[in-house]
Amino acid sequence: MSDIVTVADRPPRADAKSEVVLAVRDLQTHFFLRRGVVKAVDGVSFDLRRGEVLGLVGESGCGKTLTALSIMRLLPKGSARTINGQVLLNGEDILTRSPGEMREIRGRKISMILQDPQTSLNPVFTIGEQLREAIFRRSGARNKDVMREAVEALRHVDIPAPQQRLGQFPHQMSGGMKQRVVGAIGISGRPEVLIADEPTTALDVTIQLQYLKLLKRLQQETGMAILFITHDFGVVARMCDRVAVMYAGRIVECGPVAEVFDSPSHPYTQALIASVPKMTGKTERLYTIEGQPPSLMDLPAGCRFAPRCPHVEPRCEAAYPPSFGVGEEHTADCWRLSTP
Amino acid sequence: MTAGRQGEPLLRVEHLRKYYPFTKGVLFAKTLGNVKAVDDVSFSIGAGETLGLVGESGCGKTTTSKLILNLEAPSQGQVLLGGEPIHGLSGEALRQYRARVQAVFQDPWSSLNPRMTVGRTIAEALIVTGWGDRAAIADRVSQLLDQVGLRRDQAAQYPHEFSGGQRQRIALAAALASRPQLIVLDEPVSALDVSIRAQMMNLLKDIQAQTNVAYLLVAHDLATVRHMADYTAVMYLGKIVEYGPTEALFDDVAHPYTKALFSAVLPPRPGRPDEEIVLAGEVPSPLNPPSGCRFHTRCPFAMPKCAVEEPPLEETAPGHLAACHLHAARQIDVLA
Repeated sequence: MSDIVTVADRPPRADAKSEVVLAVRDLQTHFFLRRGVVKAVDGVSFDLRRGEVLGLVGESGCGKTLTALSIMRLLPKGSARTINGQVLLNGEDILTRSPGEMREIRGRKISMILQDPQTSLNPVFTIGEQLREAIFRRSGARNKDVMREAVEALRHVDIPAPQQRLGQFPHQMSGGMKQRVVGAIGISGRPEVLIADEPTTALDVTIQLQYLKLLKRLQQETGMAILFITHDFGVVARMCDRVAVMYAGRIVECGPVAEVFDSPSHPYTQALIASVPKMTGKTERLYTIEGQPPSLMDLPAGCRFAPRCPHVEPRCEAAYPPSFGVGEEHTADCWRLSTP
Repeated sequence: MTAGRQGEPLLRVEHLRKYYPFTKGVLFAKTLGNVKAVDDVSFSIGAGETLGLVGESGCGKTTTSKLILNLEAPSQGQVLLGGEPIHGLSGEALRQYRARVQAVFQDPWSSLNPRMTVGRTIAEALIVTGWGDRAAIADRVSQLLDQVGLRRDQAAQYPHEFSGGQRQRIALAAALASRPQLIVLDEPVSALDVSIRAQMMNLLKDIQAQTNVAYLLVAHDLATVRHMADYTAVMYLGKIVEYGPTEALFDDVAHPYTKALFSAVLPPRPGRPDEEIVLAGEVPSPLNPPSGCRFHTRCPFAMPKCAVEEPPLEETAPGHLAACHLHAARQIDVLA
């Protein structure tokens, strides 16, 4: 029992300058296919600090999920390989760890919640069995204690009548309920880092709001850091402290949420924010980004957004821009930010 | 509900109900109850207008659109197009109806036949409705591709060669082929990426301006509805709980459920909304909906009366209707 209570004993949510718990450096994960090399993640770097929520936003195919899978070292079998970079967890590179050591790290140090609760739970085992497996693997406690912890874990994610729920199968629960169970399993090992990959995309809006509030509360209680992957700027606005915007395998802009929303510096971020319909005021036509993201097999030599960028210049096509600082902790990869 | 509009609207839906029996056993099946997917829904759509139908999954918005597309027969009530009831049509009359009312669905990956060229998919609608000879059909296909912003030579390509946004354009071209008066758009942009969504919404608006087609826009995203729709209807558990001109409804939300939906919409910018209603629990089962007002189990403003008596859909402002006892009791200020 005391074990469960410790979640509240963890240090409270730290401020912006707290220590870096997860640092990703120049991560490159490519798919090696017969047709060519798909550079799905191509030089991603960011810091995740203790107690913060970092949003990773981007459109489908920009590499945000593959970044997460590379960190977890759960790449799809076969053609995908991380060929370069470091993933430093408390200063130690986990990319060099053995598969056995990784199994110990997953769940205890870093956990992940996936988009679809339907597929992340096993349909032929009860909720209780799946939760107990996670708790037992971490603590190796006796069955009676594990049971008690399981009930407590469900109560912790606001599931009513947890005792009864333990005996139920996933199909007997609603989507929002299942996602809570997945969350309970995810944090049962009290990880320092939680990677949430579009956890609310499959949920209805009113249920999404419930779930986001729950995640925020759990995060504040445990002090864990969350890497929140989403395509929805509304979710970023509600959940995150900082945001990193990805485009075609790279982070193009990164900074505190309020700053990035109020003064986006990269033309892609600007366009994305402008193209979302507003809830107030009248807009006759929405701003659009012409064209399509580039093929990851045949990336432009320079800036990847150049073919669609309204401000494109010759130097954009010649070389990929470095990250320019545009504010404290706010960077963007765009040549226009270099002083002329 | 046609306040402010003259004459017969294009589409009229009257007291529409669709119950799905819930049975036990196979051979001597017993009906245990009915899932009331759509329960007494009425609205109308005028030519060239867009009605947005909003609600969460399971609220009956897709069933309503299926009934309008004549893919399901109603348990009670009727749907009239140009004053003519549509259910019970057969043969040539049904074919003509299908030409007048078309649909674009959410998933552009499954709504196109992967073994048909894009040109053939678009032409199909024309062949069925007897558009004309080969040359006339080929002409029309080229014209449609222009209209949705694709190249004419792309008619020879297959769906897998296109991106999601382009596929949705193809589906729209096929829907437009027979010059319909109404297109049911079932979540037309929710499967698309943000940057592509805006392109599709602009295209839909352009086409409406050119052809005066009416849209029934089924969506869960309020911002999309606000941008696209002239009128908005909010559904909860098979019933319309609020209806009104989009601008008026968004400016002055009347029903507590709509309020909750609005507060659940995440702001596109950081900063807390002034007011936040986090609904407790989940949508009750439509098999056994709550008595009285269906929303009373989750409503933060529920009164004893709400559990007993079902509130009627009443005008709260000209053309703006809401089904809530708070309004009957003139307690609107509670919500303000």
